[in-house]
Amino acid sequence: MSSKRVVVAMSGGVDSSTALAILKEQGFDCIGVSMQLWDYSKREDDKGATAGSCCSLDDIYDARSVADKLGIPFYVVNVEEVFSKEVVDYFVQSYLSGATPNPCIKCNQVLKFEVLLKKAIGLEADYLATGHYARIEPAPFGYKLLKGKDTGKDQSYFLFTMTQEQLSKVLFPVGNLTKPQVRAYAKTIGLRTSEKKESQEICFVEEPSYTDFLSSRVSSQDGDIVDIYGKILGKHKGLFNYTIGQRKGLNLSGGPFYVLDLDMERNRLLVGPLERLYSGGLTANEVNWINPEAKEKAASGILTATVKIRYRHEGALAEIKITNEGSIKLEFKERQKAVTPGQAVVFYDGDEVLGGGWIEEALK
Amino acid sequence: MNKIYFDHNATTPVIDEVFEAMVPFYKEQWGNPSSIHWAGRGTRKAVEDARENVCKLLNCAPLELIFTSSGTESDNHAIKGIAYAKKDKGNHIITTKVEHPAILSTCKHLAKEGFEITYLEVDKDGLIDLEQLKAAITPKTILITVMFANNETGVLFPIKEIGQIAKERGITFHTDAVQAAGKIPINVQELNVDLLTISGHKIYGPKGVGALFAKRGVRLTPLIHGGHQERNRRGGTENVAGIIGFGKAAEIAIRDLDKEIAHLSMLRNRLETGLKEKIQHVYVNGHPEKRLPNTANISFEFVEGESLLLNLDMKGIAASSGSACTSGSLEPSHVLVAMGISLELAHGSVRFSLGKSNTVEEIDYLIEIMPPIVERMRSMSPLFAGHKF
Repeated sequence: MSSKRVVVAMSGGVDSSTALAILKEQGFDCIGVSMQLWDYSKREDDKGATAGSCCSLDDIYDARSVADKLGIPFYVVNVEEVFSKEVVDYFVQSYLSGATPNPCIKCNQVLKFEVLLKKAIGLEADYLATGHYARIEPAPFGYKLLKGKDTGKDQSYFLFTMTQEQLSKVLFPVGNLTKPQVRAYAKTIGLRTSEKKESQEICFVEEPSYTDFLSSRVSSQDGDIVDIYGKILGKHKGLFNYTIGQRKGLNLSGGPFYVLDLDMERNRLLVGPLERLYSGGLTANEVNWINPEAKEKAASGILTATVKIRYRHEGALAEIKITNEGSIKLEFKERQKAVTPGQAVVFYDGDEVLGGGWIEEALK
Repeated sequence: MNKIYFDHNATTPVIDEVFEAMVPFYKEQWGNPSSIHWAGRGTRKAVEDARENVCKLLNCAPLELIFTSSGTESDNHAIKGIAYAKKDKGNHIITTKVEHPAILSTCKHLAKEGFEITYLEVDKDGLIDLEQLKAAITPKTILITVMFANNETGVLFPIKEIGQIAKERGITFHTDAVQAAGKIPINVQELNVDLLTISGHKIYGPKGVGALFAKRGVRLTPLIHGGHQERNRRGGTENVAGIIGFGKAAEIAIRDLDKEIAHLSMLRNRLETGLKEKIQHVYVNGHPEKRLPNTANISFEFVEGESLLLNLDMKGIAASSGSACTSGSLEPSHVLVAMGISLELAHGSVRFSLGKSNTVEEIDYLIEIMPPIVERMRSMSPLFAGHKF
């Protein structure tokens, strides 16, 4: 009997390296795969070639050496075209439309669970595995998606777009471990990535900050900073330099002022006092439901769930209603600070991800 | 699992005779060929004997051959060497769109320094139009560099005719013959070439050694400055064992050339015919006759070449898409695109490059396992699903 084959998506970091090691120990027939996301050769100039922070050539090198050490076949697959279109362009467009994008979710959705999963199936694999801190468990309706055991590291927020079909073919081997356990495991088996720093920034942004990245691609226009009564308080340096809830860097006297809204049409930055930053609810679109029972509730009546409106949000109780297919409206039990269009809203019941969507608008 | 190697245009195994010839130069004859004493003298003689063997492969004189570290270095040396030596005369270089990156990147670099580069188009067979070449020449043209055989498709360029055009106009002509050497006869006396690049590891010699033929009288600015090695044209202590291996490999290549041409073209034809018979929507890229005997560049419509290669690798079969030096870049092969092949077909192309050790059984094995793989890939392809038969 031949063992089940799994393709492990390797970023070169400690989590996916450990995921590979765990699966190998469990007897899976493993294949390591790294995605080349960015054509580094194109960026080469006379200053020499450079690379970004995640999935760079150095990371691919690390991933390869881990696979070699474990005696696992390793391939690099080239997904530059999709990445540039689906992630980088989306990122730029989203800022230009006044929203604050979340490229990591898009990358998971399209690159890992569509493109890479398909490639895995093309390699006759039964599963695709990643190093995400999340868990998948069988449920009466198929599979449920759960938070990672290490709640501090939980990445389920980034996975809300997963379909039942995808959940049935994906493994998260480190979901049951804590980060220290992962590091310790990686160290005991001598993985070179065990001490590697975690990637924090947006991987394709080489520039000191994402605003520099955007500035080099699109033109920014200065404009007015106004308060809620339309009074001009100062000048902004191009709207994509600001996010909702931001307080620092506004250079205004008086205050404190917080960014309340980016008015793209009039190229104005709306600021105001802290209490104005709170919203009673939000609307979201491109909603994906993982738990069909929750969807049923939200469609026929009202679903009460804990929602996270950004990755590091502690979660807030809300009542969710489906308005149209793919859209929801929700009301918080307590008003929430800095609801930001373009970020994801993810619905939880305890550890379980019921579904989620992309925030369209904050409601007063 | 049987391991089958169909990627000889990427590199070739060092054959035993070559390896045996090299060993003494790591063990006993380690002297520096530039030394005047006993330790160096023997090494010097061996290096010069090897040089003669490599020269025989090209039919050139020993003083016309410069040993380098690689085909890429030879290409850089030829192009930059002429560009810098003749920059008072002009700044225009003509090449083609389908060269190896060693040529294209070097030209791109020179363009930043103010040189003008013309990249000639190729037709659907992968060949250039000589009239277009003539039309591209200006009074400022100092160099024409056109490859002998294309590494991806094996297509052979009309070197002698290009050389004639260059010669009549007093323009230096370089050809990258890395893929041609050892696979077809090369005689620089008949070809009107001034500069010609070859590499050791493509002819069953070791990696890390290449050579540049520079016709007597051609002045080149050195690329690597240093000692007086290679008649002041290339500094650095010689890669002695590498050169010895290269010499031996050249000797064998000359000896076996006719036999190999017959063997390789028989296998290549069997492979192409077999795949076309067994699988629908399969196309062979490149001119049907004017090409190397060992190279089959095949497009499988509705299939992603990359996935095909991984599947083949998992069955122990080594092949490639495009050049090993460009894999990692997603662009569909620049060579196939320049030939006007659609992006889909270019993405679905695989290069099988055959060599000495390949057998009929290996070809038949490939023909047997390929159809189910292609079928499975196609069943996953949205392009295929929408296709009407």
